[in-house]
Amino acid sequence: MTDLQRTSLFDAHVAAGAKIVPFAGWEMPVEYEGVRAEHLAVRSTCGLFDVSHMGQIDVTGHGAREFLQSILTNDITRIGPGQAQYTLLPDDNGGVIDDLLVYALLDRFLLVVNASNIAPCVERVTSLAPDGVTVVNRSPDVAMLALQGPAWAKALTPIASPEPFSLPYMEATEATVAGVPCLVARTGYTGEPGLEIMCPAEAAPAIWDALMAVPDAPVPAGLAARDTLRLEMGYPLYGNELGHDRSPISAGLKWACDLKHGGFPGAERMQREAAEGTPDRLVAILITEKGIPRGGCPVMADGQQVGTVTSGTFSPSLGVGAALAYVSPDHAHVGANLSIDVRGKEKSAEVTSLPMVDTSPRKEHHS
Amino acid sequence: MSDESYPGDLRYHPEHDWVRVDGDEATFGVTWFAQDALGEVVYYDPPAVGDSVTAGQSYGELESVKAVSDIIAPASGEVIAVNDAVGDTPELVNNDPYGAGWLIKVRLSSASELDALMDEPAYRQYLAGLAG
Repeated sequence: MTDLQRTSLFDAHVAAGAKIVPFAGWEMPVEYEGVRAEHLAVRSTCGLFDVSHMGQIDVTGHGAREFLQSILTNDITRIGPGQAQYTLLPDDNGGVIDDLLVYALLDRFLLVVNASNIAPCVERVTSLAPDGVTVVNRSPDVAMLALQGPAWAKALTPIASPEPFSLPYMEATEATVAGVPCLVARTGYTGEPGLEIMCPAEAAPAIWDALMAVPDAPVPAGLAARDTLRLEMGYPLYGNELGHDRSPISAGLKWACDLKHGGFPGAERMQREAAEGTPDRLVAILITEKGIPRGGCPVMADGQQVGTVTSGTFSPSLGVGAALAYVSPDHAHVGANLSIDVRGKEKSAEVTSLPMVDTSPRKEHHS
Repeated sequence: MSDESYPGDLRYHPEHDWVRVDGDEATFGVTWFAQDALGEVVYYDPPAVGDSVTAGQSYGELESVKAVSDIIAPASGEVIAVNDAVGDTPELVNNDPYGAGWLIKVRLSSASELDALMDEPAYRQYLAGLAG
């Protein structure tokens, strides 16, 4: 067994009562008080996640933008300095090496990638980089905290300057948090408003401790809540919904693929799939009786298997079993009546619209 | 969540199930250790009254947000009652695992099976061994 890595916040997690589990080569907090309470805190007030295990890759040099445009699916020319964009790193067949955020910063492009895919991403980007473009894996030196939930700004007010509250969604800026110079971004993967804070790894405990000490402190939230929050929004998880075995099109990520211009690996396959359809499509499903779907459960219609669950859980917000699943196009419309075979018992289910939880009407609490 | 406890009047199965014996009837549930390992219980899939349960085999499932756990029968018999309150409020298993969080009542078919189970000191020693 390989040695597991620890983030610089490991001691803080243990002190906060975390249950620690191995995840993507790291010892990470899966939950503290309990996944349901943490999930609901993020939906109603705010929570703080350690996502330092994620990877940070700098791409610099003359021609960096053109290079990234040629290897990523989304149109990077649509973002200017300080802006972030969700995109995919495709393999030569149009499968997915990783889904990631690319930041256009003043002095560099920053790729924030999944922890489990740091090595493949670094290898892919490095191997394709032309002369003059430099690729540096900064993952070991950078910590990242995700402050997520409608009350994020209230929690941050006492310890941040300048106050980054007017920063638009999907934009980043430099700020000082708890005395630490950070890159902060209005990003996250929970569906809630919030801020992601990137800082030198050794400085992360000071930020964590300062946030936990403010009057409206966030709830420490673990990987389990991060997973249930993203699932309710229908956000894909690499390894569950995304992988080398399918292009982004069947996952509903056509919006993150610049098919008009193309030019990146796999673009022709994606253009064809977008025009002709795919053998199956990713949908969100709610169980309409008691029962909890899990990854791998068959999706059934009229006694025939029509798909497979890729992520399944109990939705803390809705109080029912919820799943993401790939199903045949005939059954991929909202309202389609299906059932899910949960360890031999068929549970009635229905395709639902995304997000499963509407987070849009609520206002952020600025103080 | 409740505080860790293992009542002295129960017998314990290595899969972290308890049994409270009352004549030829018995009440089954899961131990504090089991509910702590599972996390907050959100779903209980019970057997039906009249079903047979067999010592060492699963008679139902408890699920947390993240995981499914089979519930192992500490002894054999026929189900004579199911705790519907746990079906409606699964976190009773976390809040009161030896009281309101009981799972089924059984008419025992082979009382001698109980001799194979652990008493409280033996179960605590067993748990200490798992932690070591």
